[in-house]
Amino acid sequence: MKEKLTSLWQRLFGDPVRAFGIVSLVFLVSLAIAPAKNFFSEWRHYQHGYLRMIRNRSDANTLQRHFQGGIQQIWIPDLGVVDRCTSCHVGVKEATLTDVSTQPFRKHPVIPHNLDQFGCTICHRGQGAATTVAEAHNSTLAWEQPILPAKYIESSCGECHRGPLLGTPVLNQGRNILSRYGCVHCHTVKLADGSVMKADDDPPSLSHIADKTTREWIYAWLKDPQAYAATATMPNFKLSDDDVRDMSAFLMANSTPVPGDTVTLSAKPSSDPAAGTSLYGESFCASCHAVQNAAGNMVGGDVGPELTRVGNKVKPEWLQAWLRNPRTYDLETAMPHYRFNDGQVATLSGFLLAKADSDLLANVHLEAATPEQIAHGKRLVSDYGCASCHEIAGIKKPENFAPELSRIGSKPITQLIFLPGMQHTLPDYIAGKIKQPRAFSPGLKMPQYSFTPAQIDALTTALLALNERSATLPPSLTVPATPDTDYQPAGKAGKLMTDLACFSCHRINGHGGSMAPDLTWEGSSVQRGWLVQFFKNPGTLRPALIRRMPRFNLTDAETNELTDYIMTVYQNPAVDRDSMPLSGYPQGQVELGRQLFYGKYSCQGCHIVDSKSDKGYIGPTLTSVGSRLTAAWIFQWMKNPQALRPGTIEPNRAMSDEDAHALTAFLMSQKGGGKQEAARK
Amino acid sequence: MNLNRFTPIHVGTAALGCPAERSSAVASGRCRSGFALAAAVLAAILAASCSHKSESATLPKPTAFGAAIVESSGGKQIAQTGSLLPQPVVVQVNDEQGNALPGALVAFAAAPGVTFDPPVGLTDSSGQVTTNVSLGGMAGRYQLIASTFDKSHKKIEVELEEIALGYQQTLGRRLNDQYCDRCHNPESTVERVSNYDNLEVKPHPFTEGDTLNKISDADLTAIISHGGPALNKSALMPAWGNTLGKPDIQALVSYIRAVADPPSRSAGPVFAKN
Repeated sequence: MKEKLTSLWQRLFGDPVRAFGIVSLVFLVSLAIAPAKNFFSEWRHYQHGYLRMIRNRSDANTLQRHFQGGIQQIWIPDLGVVDRCTSCHVGVKEATLTDVSTQPFRKHPVIPHNLDQFGCTICHRGQGAATTVAEAHNSTLAWEQPILPAKYIESSCGECHRGPLLGTPVLNQGRNILSRYGCVHCHTVKLADGSVMKADDDPPSLSHIADKTTREWIYAWLKDPQAYAATATMPNFKLSDDDVRDMSAFLMANSTPVPGDTVTLSAKPSSDPAAGTSLYGESFCASCHAVQNAAGNMVGGDVGPELTRVGNKVKPEWLQAWLRNPRTYDLETAMPHYRFNDGQVATLSGFLLAKADSDLLANVHLEAATPEQIAHGKRLVSDYGCASCHEIAGIKKPENFAPELSRIGSKPITQLIFLPGMQHTLPDYIAGKIKQPRAFSPGLKMPQYSFTPAQIDALTTALLALNERSATLPPSLTVPATPDTDYQPAGKAGKLMTDLACFSCHRINGHGGSMAPDLTWEGSSVQRGWLVQFFKNPGTLRPALIRRMPRFNLTDAETNELTDYIMTVYQNPAVDRDSMPLSGYPQGQVELGRQLFYGKYSCQGCHIVDSKSDKGYIGPTLTSVGSRLTAAWIFQWMKNPQALRPGTIEPNRAMSDEDAHALTAFLMSQKGGGKQEAARK
Repeated sequence: MNLNRFTPIHVGTAALGCPAERSSAVASGRCRSGFALAAAVLAAILAASCSHKSESATLPKPTAFGAAIVESSGGKQIAQTGSLLPQPVVVQVNDEQGNALPGALVAFAAAPGVTFDPPVGLTDSSGQVTTNVSLGGMAGRYQLIASTFDKSHKKIEVELEEIALGYQQTLGRRLNDQYCDRCHNPESTVERVSNYDNLEVKPHPFTEGDTLNKISDADLTAIISHGGPALNKSALMPAWGNTLGKPDIQALVSYIRAVADPPSRSAGPVFAKN
């Protein structure tokens, strides 16, 4: 063996010239490795493929001229971007390559940002500096962040854009779910601007729950909230029968009666389904509350709780007291104080109590609770963090009950424990956790939500946007959200507006709901007489609308109080309502306005002036607009509707003053004469 | 020796390149690296053969063979790129007499990036197979193919087409919902009553490819910006140029192109199974 080796050594290196030759050869070969690797590199392969593809196209010359060989790079020091993606994605900026379906040669679809200003990885993630597909797209030992799957791509928009965007419905939905389903009660989410994300699900206080419902209902609800109401946002805690028994015992024992709340029935609930249905309809309860119909569809809004089986839940005494004045039980409720009379309370409570499902509580039989059970129930209630969402007398809201999610989008994969069979990526982990939280460990407290796959994707998208980069972006690179103001009207009228819960539907000065028109400039817009009449009997302005203003049975004094306040305070500085008369426009101008209305601007497509011939269903009916709106408002509205009400869908027609004057004259002549005269007679 | 107990974990994580569990596995296992490598290779081969077995095991066995396969529902849906179609895709297998046939094997296929849940299935008692579909990451039309075998083991197929919207088309769709749909869509929903029937001159629904595909991008943009009269059409179509920005109008045009039926030429490519 040794001899053989020696002879081989002799043969190769015995002669100095031969030794030099061999060493040179080895040296040359090793020098050639680098150029060879370069020559056989993936990006070169793709660039050859690109050149082959464009050769047969009619625009080959242009494309050939734009083509630059070699490794390409987008370098943006401000954003920390070094992206070499365009080395393979060669045609990404070529406008004519939209018809190409083979990657990596397709033109990038249109987005509001310029590739040269943002690069690729800002949105798509992955490893920008890498020059092989595997390293750029997948996670490697040195790089955790793989390419973001397309369904989560809007999370990247959310890193800089803190508010909702029209083009990012998935991100908007995910952010809504975070507050709508109360995720942020338990999980703190600190936003980059220093504020904390707030929940808007408004879970009820449980301190007086015995006034409202029975222990049996609490038992059934805790067992499976969605069995009571399919739209319930309360998740399922997967509690055992014994635990639910003890928790319901504790909640009942812990409840104290509300001072001033009636405990006796003030009127016998009447069972008149026809009258009940019509009062439920007239009061527009369905604008906020949903009821599941026979076909299984939810009919109604989602501001208040679903009422499909409300008869199983509420005690008749409580329901009547609630209908009489909800603010006695819950000062902060979004429900208006309707000022129903005794007969109405009897009818409506009878109608609602009949909405029950005899099966729901049929199998719930509870014996009187023992002190041990109550004590155990209390322990469970604090262990499961019930007080994170609900106010419960004697139990403090726990701080940091669940992990903070402010930077969940940058969670290192090394800190995650995946389920068997799960892709080892952060999006898959987050989605899996939302889908089946307890699968990760039986001891976890996170409850089971009943989200659809689309909702899980949306929620994951919103959570991925909460990452390190988003939190540390300089303010100059972010687009802040416009948060709700905490505007509150002052004085007596302010109290009345809170009592009527105007802000549950209307928005004023940046505060309130979006179901009904923004009233910020209502005082400049409408005539006083109309407003008084409207409060007494809210008519329908828009024929196609299913959600309307309910009648609140206000006293004359209350109506005047509200009207005076609105007319004085909600004034637009650009609209001087006394600058133009309400009537007396020359006939010629009115006639010109009519021609413009039906001709040049064809307003009848959306509005009705003559109820016999016009059919437009979209905007408000204008048959008596001359008695409703001020002339100055109409004039300014014609000039620029969005300036008065941002977001209104009335198109801005860039009207001349002359046209706007004529249309104002025509519309002010629409006093709804026929009807009023008939009423006078 | 406890090698058998921990090697599968080790292999799994090594294959997926997960540093988290790799480190934990290394910490828990006291084996030397060479030994682990050999074990890893061995287990990888084992795992590969296992997955082969399980794949063939999950493929259900057909009990019947159809004569025709047809779409029941789920074609021509619209979804954002990469996301789930709002409704599942349902296909039905029929026998020679045209009756629904239970127990036939149906397989779904499409361009890379499209996923089916489940990708194969046996027809149920009403002769149908239902699958949830996620579209690929690129905007355009996706061709889905559902196939089954007839009695002579010949493949029979039905084709469906779905539409994936990119950013621009999604924006256009949102604008359409807000501004255009009320008149241009004859269908009413619970939340929105259609104004279509109230208009003397009927607007074109955006799916009306026969008409809309003949109008150039420039003309379409002009109608949206300056109203119907700009092209001698009805004044009932108002001018939106002062309300919507240029990118908004471009987005609307791209949405109209994306949903046209028959498809518009500028709608982009069709992604089919290679």
